[in-house]
Amino acid sequence: MIFSKGQRAFQLFNTILLFVVGLTMVLPVLHVVAQSFSDAAAINSRAVSFWPVGFTLENYHMILKDPSIWVAFRNSVIITVGGTLLNLAATASLAYPLSRPEYLYRRAALIFVLVTMIFHAPLIPNYLLLKNLHMLNTLWVLIVPSAISAYNLFVMRSFFLNLPSELLDSAKIDGCSEFRLIWSVVLPLSKPVMATMGIMYAVANWNMYSQAIYYIDKRTLIPLQVRLREIVITDDLGASDVTSELLMFISPEGLKMAVIVIATIPIMLVYPFLQKHFIKGMLVGSIKS
Amino acid sequence: MASKTDTSGQAVYHFAHAKAKKAFIIKHWPLYVISIPGLLYFALFKYVPLLGSVIAFQNYNIFKGITGSPWVGFDHFKRMFAYDEFLVILKNTLLIGLYDLIFAFPVPIILALLLNEIRHSGYKRVVQTVVYMPHFLSWVIVGGIIVGLLSPTTGVINHALALFHIEPIYFLGENSYIRSILIGSGIWKDSGWGTIIYLAAIAGINPDLYEAAEIDGAGRFRQVMSITLPSILPVIAILFLLQIGRFMDFGFERVFVFLNSLNSGNGEILDTYVYRAGLIDRQYSYTTAIGLFKSCVGLLLIILGNTFSKKMTGDGLY
Repeated sequence: MIFSKGQRAFQLFNTILLFVVGLTMVLPVLHVVAQSFSDAAAINSRAVSFWPVGFTLENYHMILKDPSIWVAFRNSVIITVGGTLLNLAATASLAYPLSRPEYLYRRAALIFVLVTMIFHAPLIPNYLLLKNLHMLNTLWVLIVPSAISAYNLFVMRSFFLNLPSELLDSAKIDGCSEFRLIWSVVLPLSKPVMATMGIMYAVANWNMYSQAIYYIDKRTLIPLQVRLREIVITDDLGASDVTSELLMFISPEGLKMAVIVIATIPIMLVYPFLQKHFIKGMLVGSIKS
Repeated sequence: MASKTDTSGQAVYHFAHAKAKKAFIIKHWPLYVISIPGLLYFALFKYVPLLGSVIAFQNYNIFKGITGSPWVGFDHFKRMFAYDEFLVILKNTLLIGLYDLIFAFPVPIILALLLNEIRHSGYKRVVQTVVYMPHFLSWVIVGGIIVGLLSPTTGVINHALALFHIEPIYFLGENSYIRSILIGSGIWKDSGWGTIIYLAAIAGINPDLYEAAEIDGAGRFRQVMSITLPSILPVIAILFLLQIGRFMDFGFERVFVFLNSLNSGNGEILDTYVYRAGLIDRQYSYTTAIGLFKSCVGLLLIILGNTFSKKMTGDGLY
């Protein structure tokens, strides 16, 4: 391809522009990391930009000494692992029948689900239902009521619809029962969509926040995101006893940034996989519509 | 039993007798059994609360339940509109929804067009990896990062302003900045992610079109305006429609993380108000009425938008 002068100028401009866009995404995160490793004097004199000044691990040391962080971390792990397993089982077991012609009520069932996407109940009736089910102030309330996302259900259904029908038919001709078909043909084939959906659900579960403040007020059951907001935004450092003496070395700002980093690490660890799978999942979903 | 295929190429079964149908279902019983938990889930957690929304027409008393609470008709809806505080919050919700549509919606489109012009595929991939990243951070983390950046004492932004001899500004401490912060944080978090769907649409454009345009002497800019944009217009239209349907659903978390008593005058939206007045102050019926009003407006917007889109482009959501 031959570029004219104007086009080359545009290419250069565009490259730089997108570089700047990328920087606006990365720099705030770098700033957080840098502050989390910096001492109080540096943070208070605004000396920290994108590299730690007065390097210290004291912020992390302090945060990890706080038992409430560990409790919240544990709760988040339970919700993420348990929730994601339930998410996958519940979503797949409805998505598969909805993709099969042998399931005679699939049109009705699809509309049944679709309605819930368009029209959803207000907060209070949800709250009262969960109260009547005695689920408030249990970790179940962060797992069961969000078991299936209708959107993910449709994405998974479209994956099942795209399975080669010859394969399923030939298995049937061979006298394979419906149950055997699911167990030994469909499930092994659906590993990629399970991975995609699993990661999507896991990120949503790890980041879950609003349900926790709606339905949980027991301190021992709050997930990490809730504790994180208390520390970072409402300045409630709680059990981490920051005495005035310690404040010489630790800035509350540094502590906050350390908590942010701790809560982000799990996401950043899976990000490389995430990116690959998420995009695939997004595209499957969009092809459907 | 006879079978033929429907429009989507799937077999559709027809039965002469109810008996034959029953036998067919029994033969394929695992399909029906595994669908039960999922359907029960939607019935219990989505439809029961929908029925429970009737408390919007009652003075709901938690001890008497739905059957024992007195009915008051549309009283709560009337009260809503007679209440100045509600009108301010409704105005905030509508304005924030509108700003989001005007300022945040076009960003992924522009970004996708610019990304598409990058010829170096390695560089393109790096930029994509970086701009998708904020999407995966929770709103609490995004809130924490932005609160930190905007801090009047330790924040970078105020540090930069100080270089120009501008007094530190407590951005989150007054009403005038909160809406910009809400929209801006949304752009930061999700516009990179939003490009995926447009990039996929762009990738699906027939390359012959560009070749023909090149032969006709059209420059890159002309090609973008006459080929790329018109080709992705249907995708833009559908996403625009979806966005219209969610007009009042800006989101609880993303507002709640920034909200405090100093900026709630312009920042409080219906979702955060329902939480405060409903769950904290326990005005169950009143806030259910607000929620129901919001859902109805959303439904109306989807229907209107769809009708409009069908008239204009011959294509809609359904």
